[in-house]
Amino acid sequence: MHPVSVILRVLLVVLSVAAGLIWVERRLLGLWQLRYGPNRVGPFGIFQVLADMIKIFFKEDWIPPFSDKPVYFMSPAILVFTTLMSFTIIPFVPGLYVVDLNIGILFFLAMSSLGVYSLVLGGWASNSKYPLLGSLRGTAQMLTYEVFMGVSLMGVVMLADSFRLTEIVEAQKGMWFIGPQIVGFVIFFIAGVAEAHRLPFDMPEGESELVAGYHSEYSGMKFGMFFVGEYIGITLISAIITALFLGGWLGPGFLPPIAWFLIKTFILIVIFILFRATFPRPRYDQLMEYGWKILFPLALINLLVTAAIVLA
Amino acid sequence: MISMLRSLWMVFMHAFKKRETVLYPEKPYELPARYRGRIILSRDPDSQERCVACYLCSVACPVDCISLQATEDEHGRRYPEFFRINFSRCIFCGLCEEACPTYAIQLIPDFEMSEYDRQNMVYEKEDLMIAGEGKYHGYNFYKVAGLKIAGKDKGEAENEESPVDLNSLMP
Repeated sequence: MHPVSVILRVLLVVLSVAAGLIWVERRLLGLWQLRYGPNRVGPFGIFQVLADMIKIFFKEDWIPPFSDKPVYFMSPAILVFTTLMSFTIIPFVPGLYVVDLNIGILFFLAMSSLGVYSLVLGGWASNSKYPLLGSLRGTAQMLTYEVFMGVSLMGVVMLADSFRLTEIVEAQKGMWFIGPQIVGFVIFFIAGVAEAHRLPFDMPEGESELVAGYHSEYSGMKFGMFFVGEYIGITLISAIITALFLGGWLGPGFLPPIAWFLIKTFILIVIFILFRATFPRPRYDQLMEYGWKILFPLALINLLVTAAIVLA
Repeated sequence: MISMLRSLWMVFMHAFKKRETVLYPEKPYELPARYRGRIILSRDPDSQERCVACYLCSVACPVDCISLQATEDEHGRRYPEFFRINFSRCIFCGLCEEACPTYAIQLIPDFEMSEYDRQNMVYEKEDLMIAGEGKYHGYNFYKVAGLKIAGKDKGEAENEESPVDLNSLMP
């Protein structure tokens, strides 16, 4: 397939999934909270996304006069850009990926690290107190959770003996890595929730204390970019987990490989939303303690044990 | 950790429970029979107006939304010449119903009375009057009251004895 066509396909799928997730999330939250969620626009409210988009496009895009404009403009773009860039390394099926880097995982980690800039710059350029507090929190949180996010993946890398995602998926022919790497999976999942700053780790937004956190001062489509960026982030983390732990496109033969990949990703997304429906937001210091004192040592132990077993 | 997994499971199981939301405009909402909604004026079993225009509802009304004018017909029955309830003021407290000595004024479980024009919230007697007896069946004020009207002299009401003749010594 021509690379441009692949890029366009991936872009189209990812963006429409991210947009559709807005509806899916609201319906699922409704389902779990014993209410309906959006059900007025079209069958089951499925065109709610369309209505929301029309609304957000026509909203006044107020740019705070006290903001640092170039940086202010850049910040939402960074978020969407970095998350979309990470999708380039996702192997959907053999042959359908934008690029098969031999340092695929590292590229993903690098891109998610760059995503922090969006929070930092967005909060800073807004030049007002709540966004700044939100971005401070977000920065600390994401740096914390990034550390063992990387560490928790190293077990998978050791087992597959490669950073290349296609090879990692191929290495799961015998058994998915969720079996031997269950600890790594759990830690990576938690870190992924924190990385996408989803509930219960949405400290940077924390609307009950920080208005809307780092994007308080954003309106109109710039806010929309943050919003869509969040959903792209969920999709990204789910796709990465699918590829690394759940055997990617592998699965019984009665469904095509792409279907397996999408089903697994979708189930993970649903679990993301289930997390949101279930957990209250922890206190900020609890969050940091949880990261540094529990998850980080656990990830290190997992790494050491896996290394010992691989070497033995 | 266990409790977190437990709450995850519990929230997930909510998916199979009945939803609390009532899809109101599509599915009419069943209100209890004693719900206090729109006010009506009822008739007695003989299809005569129950209201005797005693003004008690108007006095009881905490927001003064009831106004009426009493008059009397050729048979001696009192009735309201006009009876007007301003529903944009009404707070649906039900005090008028409690004050009513003849079960004439009643609150019914109907609340769908929105209007675009505020003037239309003022209900006149013909808007309030219904054909039936409302919530209280079988009650007829003039059948049990000692009042004399055409066709019913004193002492002819139900459970009523004839008036004592004060000028007679006979038992």
